[in-house]
Amino acid sequence: MAIFQSLIKKEALHVVRDTRTMVITLLMPLVLLLLFGFAISTEVNNIKLLAVVERHNDATRDILERLRVNDYFTFMGLSAASEVERVLRSGEADAALFLKDDNGEIKSQIIVDASNASAAQAITGYIRGVITGATTFDPIINHTLYNPQMKSSYNFVPGIMGMIFILICAIITSVSIVREKERGTMDLLLVSPVRPVTIMLGKLVPYFMLSCIILAAMLTISYTVLGLPMSGNVFDVIAISLIYIVLSLSIGLLVSTVVDTQLTALIVSAVAFMLPVIMLSGMIFPIDNMPVILQWVSCIIPARWYTEAMRKLMIEQLDISAVMKEIVILVMMTVILLVAAVKKFNSGK
Amino acid sequence: MNPIIRLNEITKRYGGLVAVDEVSLTVDRGEMFGIIGPDGSGKSTLYKILATLLKPDKGTATVCGFDTVKDYKRLRTMIGYMPERFSLYQDLTVEENLSFFASLFGVSVKENYDLIAPIFGQLERFPSRKAGALSGGMKQKLALSCALIHRPEILLLDEPTTGVDAVSRGEFWDMLSTLKRKGITIIVSTSYMDEATRCERIAMMNKGHILDIDTPSNLVAGLGENLYNAVSDDMFGLLTQLRSMPDVIDCYTFGATLHVVGSNSFNSDKAMAKLLVSGHKDVKIYPAKGNIEDVFIKLTRDERE
Repeated sequence: MAIFQSLIKKEALHVVRDTRTMVITLLMPLVLLLLFGFAISTEVNNIKLLAVVERHNDATRDILERLRVNDYFTFMGLSAASEVERVLRSGEADAALFLKDDNGEIKSQIIVDASNASAAQAITGYIRGVITGATTFDPIINHTLYNPQMKSSYNFVPGIMGMIFILICAIITSVSIVREKERGTMDLLLVSPVRPVTIMLGKLVPYFMLSCIILAAMLTISYTVLGLPMSGNVFDVIAISLIYIVLSLSIGLLVSTVVDTQLTALIVSAVAFMLPVIMLSGMIFPIDNMPVILQWVSCIIPARWYTEAMRKLMIEQLDISAVMKEIVILVMMTVILLVAAVKKFNSGK
Repeated sequence: MNPIIRLNEITKRYGGLVAVDEVSLTVDRGEMFGIIGPDGSGKSTLYKILATLLKPDKGTATVCGFDTVKDYKRLRTMIGYMPERFSLYQDLTVEENLSFFASLFGVSVKENYDLIAPIFGQLERFPSRKAGALSGGMKQKLALSCALIHRPEILLLDEPTTGVDAVSRGEFWDMLSTLKRKGITIIVSTSYMDEATRCERIAMMNKGHILDIDTPSNLVAGLGENLYNAVSDDMFGLLTQLRSMPDVIDCYTFGATLHVVGSNSFNSDKAMAKLLVSGHKDVKIYPAKGNIEDVFIKLTRDERE
C-alpha cells in the first residue's frame, strides 16, 4: 500500500509540475463548456428586421408591436420598399417583412438574407410564427419538449463531456505512460519488485481522480452557470460518467502499450479518438443526418453512446431505465478495451 | 569460487536481427566485470536479460542462483539496474527521486544511507533541485544512488560513463572500487576502451557475440602482434599508403598516431625509407605497446577472416 501511495504521489507531482498538462486538464474543460455554452450557439438571436408596410391597419400594427417586443428581433423600423435591397445587401438588416392590407386580409412576404442558410431558415420560421400568432385564431400549437427554449448549451453539454474525458483520460494517460517508456524510467519500475498491475494502477488511479474532479467541476457549471435543470437523476449521470471515464482510461492504456513515443501517442489518440468523437458522436452533427455507413461507424464510438445517455438523463430528465441499452454497450466496450489493454501490457514484457 | 552470474548460450532476436548470439559467460561473486563493445554490439540487450526485463529466445541465465525467467520476482530485490542515459524523473527533485526508488523496493532512504553516502554526499547540498537541472556527472551519481538504495547484491551498470566529463568519469570508477570492496558484484559496460583496464575481467563483445573474456593484462599480453606507431605530416596519405604495403596486416588511427600491425617480414626502417621517397615528411615509425583497443581491433579482424 505504501508503494501504491508513493506511485500516486509521484504521478501527482508530474501533473502539478507540468504547467502545460495542468492548463489542458483543468482549464480546457471549463473553457470548452463556457465557449459552447455561451459563445457558440446554433440558435438565432438579434435578428435585425426591417418592415415595409403598404397600408397600416390594426392587424399590421399588432404584428409590428409583437415583433418589437420579441427578444429574438431587433426591430429596425419601417422602410421604403426601394431601400430594402440595399439595406439587406449591406448587412444592416437580416430580413425584411412586407405587409399589405388586401381588403381586410393581411398579405405578407418575407425577404431574408440567406447567405447563412440555416440562419435564414430559422429567421423565416420565427417571423412566420409571429404573424401566425397575430392573424390566425387557430394556430398550430408547437410544443417543444425537454428543451423548450431550444437552448443549444443544453445540447452541447453532453457532447463536451464525451470529448473531455477522451481528451484527459486517453491522451494524457497514454502520453504519461509512453513518456516513461521513452525516458527509460518504465524499465526501472519494471525491474523493481512492484507487480506490473500495481504499476499500471498507479498510473491510472491519479488520472481517474483527476477526471472525477473535472466531472464535478463540469456538472457544477452545467447546473449553475448554464442553468441545466437539476433533478434526482444526477447520481445516474455521475455513475455513467464514471463508467465512461474508466473506458477512456482503458483506451489510453491500450494506446500506450502499442506506441513507443509521446508524439505518436498524441497523434494516435488525437486522430483515432478525438476526431471521431467530435465528428461522429452526434455532439455537433446529428447522427440521423449522416450517410448510413457513417451511422454504422458511429456505433463503435463510445462517445456516441455516452452522449446519448447523457442527453436522455440531463435534458430529457429520463430515469436510468431509459438508458439501459447505452449502459450495457458502454460496459461491454470498457470490458473489451480493458482486457485488451491488460493483455497487451503483460505480453509486452 | 561460486559464480554469481551464469549465462548459458543466450540468444535474443528482434525480428531478423540477432542482438545477442549464443553468449555464455560466468561472473564470480564480488567481481568487477566489464562488457566492452561498440554501440549496437548487444550490450544493452544482455543487460535487459540479466535485469529480467527481457526473456531470452534461447539459453538460460541464472543470477544469484535464480533463473531470470522463472524466479524473476525473487531476483528483482537483489539486482540494482542502471540503464543507459540515467533514467530519472527529470521533473522530480533529487530527494523525491531517491525516496521514490527507495519506496519501490520497500526500504527507507535512512536505513541504507551508509551505502550511498560516499556517492550521494555531493548531491546532499541541493536536495530540492530538479533532476533535469543536474549536470551529467551529478545525474550519474543520483542514478547510481537510486540503483543502490535497496542494497542490491549485484549492480548492473549499462554505459554509466557515457555523456559524462572525464573528471566525473574518473571519480565514478573510484566509487565503483569502493562499492566492490563492500562486496557488491558489479557488471559494467562501456564503449570507452581505456576504462576497461579498471575491471578485473572483461568480455569483448561485437555484433551480438563474445570475442574473448579475460583479464585486461592477459588480453594485452596475448596480443602477440608486431605493433608500431606511425606519424607523418600527411596522416591520411600515410594511412592509405601503409595499408597498401604487402607486409602490413592492418593500419588504423589511434589517437594522434596510426597503429600499424606488421607481418613478420615488416621492417620499420625499410617502410620509413619507402615513405620518404614517395614524398612524406617527418615520417616516424616506432614500436608501440598494444592496449585493449588493439586487442579489440585484432579480435574483430580475426573474426572477419
